[in-house]
Amino acid sequence: MRSRSSNSASPALVLGALGGLIFLHAPIWIIFLYSFTTDEATYTFPLPGFTTKWFGVALQRADLWSALSLSLKVAVVATAAALVLGTLAAAAVYRSNFFGREAISLLLVLPIALPGIVSGIALRSAIGTLDIPFSYWTIVIGHATFCVVTVYNNVLARFRRMQGSLVEASMDLGANSFQTFRHVVLPNIATALVAGGMLAFALSFDEVIVTTFTAGQQSTLPIWIFSQLVRPRDRPVTNVVATIVVLITFLPIFFAQRISASSADTEGETK
Amino acid sequence: MTTPAIRFESVSRHFGEVRAVDQVDMEVRDGEFFSMLGPSGSGKTTCLRMIAGFDRPTSGRIMLYGQDVSDLPPYERDVNTVFQDYALFPHMNVGDNIAYGLMIKKVDKAERTKRVDEILDLVQLSGFANRKPSQLSGGQRQRVALARALINHPKVLLLDEPLGALDLKLRQQMQVELKAIQKRVGITFIFVTHDQEEALTMSDRIAVFNEGKIEQVGEPSEVYEHPASQFVAGFVGTSNVISGDVALRITGSSQTFSIRPEKIHLGSMDEAVDSDMHSVEGNVRDVVYLGLYTRYLVEIAPTLDMVVVSQNLRTTSADVNSVKGLPVRLSWNKAHTSVLGGRGA
Repeated sequence: MRSRSSNSASPALVLGALGGLIFLHAPIWIIFLYSFTTDEATYTFPLPGFTTKWFGVALQRADLWSALSLSLKVAVVATAAALVLGTLAAAAVYRSNFFGREAISLLLVLPIALPGIVSGIALRSAIGTLDIPFSYWTIVIGHATFCVVTVYNNVLARFRRMQGSLVEASMDLGANSFQTFRHVVLPNIATALVAGGMLAFALSFDEVIVTTFTAGQQSTLPIWIFSQLVRPRDRPVTNVVATIVVLITFLPIFFAQRISASSADTEGETK
Repeated sequence: MTTPAIRFESVSRHFGEVRAVDQVDMEVRDGEFFSMLGPSGSGKTTCLRMIAGFDRPTSGRIMLYGQDVSDLPPYERDVNTVFQDYALFPHMNVGDNIAYGLMIKKVDKAERTKRVDEILDLVQLSGFANRKPSQLSGGQRQRVALARALINHPKVLLLDEPLGALDLKLRQQMQVELKAIQKRVGITFIFVTHDQEEALTMSDRIAVFNEGKIEQVGEPSEVYEHPASQFVAGFVGTSNVISGDVALRITGSSQTFSIRPEKIHLGSMDEAVDSDMHSVEGNVRDVVYLGLYTRYLVEIAPTLDMVVVSQNLRTTSADVNSVKGLPVRLSWNKAHTSVLGGRGA
């Protein structure tokens, strides 16, 4: 519902909105800007010169590529695990009324509320105690603990808004559990899965704290960037990487927004 | 005698200590419009859910045309349901909603479209196939829900208070329509409602539920005119239920009986009473003029009022109000009294 009184906002509001946007986005533009600087070590303004050579340098760095691919692999697997486990957990908590249901619900959400440093130490000592070698899987497990929560929360909220009788109606019309899930449940929770999955992916992709405890000697992209900061000579390379990451993450978010906008007329939209 | 469509053999359903359905025996005949009538919590919806397969009996058997279906899941029973909240799939258009059962059964696309068109015609929604449920009114959703169930030609169609969410006028229209559709398709309908008027309007037979048991099964006129228990007398329409000494004074027997308010004649004290009539004297305590008819409260004993309803055939509001406070004699045909057995008598 749009206000009828005026279609154009007042100048003060426009100014305020612009101010807010600039405040949010200016730091990102600064990163953009300094990925083209000729100055190797410090941030000087205005730029002493303009160059694209850092992009070439970044492309040559094998450690960067392995960090990026590790991060992507971890984020994809952690998100996939979260989608399956989070949906199952949400379905269990929503559908059945078992002893300790509320406690389980709380325990599921806890990892995201718990300081990362605590989760990290806990995972580290568990990994140490059980003598599990550090690998890409230990990172995935660490990330999955909080990725499951985002999917769980989104899907549970959607289940609660879904008419309970839909599942019964589907079974009544001859569909077994699998067919009911495929034709009725899945389409109704699809946008919740997209939203929860994207959030899970983003959380995993830029996670530093838990990762430092579960990665061993491996470096994910955030850890690689972090380690770059102590090497001021490579600073523009770091900025180049940040720029590329921004561009890469922009695309899925852009498409996810388009998807949820086009499905906005279906009942039960999260946002 | 043909096999009954549905047969309950001492079916019980307990939820913990609560006996939602308690040893119910019941038969629904092939092709009839059968209503399960009762207040909320009387067990009627639980019975419906057990027929549909959403709930299993704690004990007893449910037979569908002679086959024991007590333990079959909903998707293996040839029964379809029209839900109280319609339960239309929000992500599908009307046509896909209706074709859902056929799609699951892998009926081919052309056949599906043909049958959807036919059934849309039956429920008077031709041309609505491409709408989304959210674009429909309550009455239209109701028809879609009906079409989605009927298209599968179930052996029995279950309707769970499907008219509850509609406004009065639409509800009355749908009552007539539902009955007409049932006659046309010839499928056994089992209709759950708490609205006695709805049950009386549409049903071939009614089962009156109370506290997990059936109080009475019969044709609408039978249930209305000869209620078998005090509960039925009070729940189906309004009744004057008279017992004890007052009953003894009127009928010569202390057995509890009921008499419908509209069967009672309100006359002056000097009016003669025929021998085939019961009569009792009282004072008019209150008069409510309702336009079409007038409702009188007549005190026939201390703290015992009888309700009398009289059509305003020759009376105006001034006439009826002038009776207030006067002594009157109430009389009614003996044949119209029902002696009540059962519980609560």
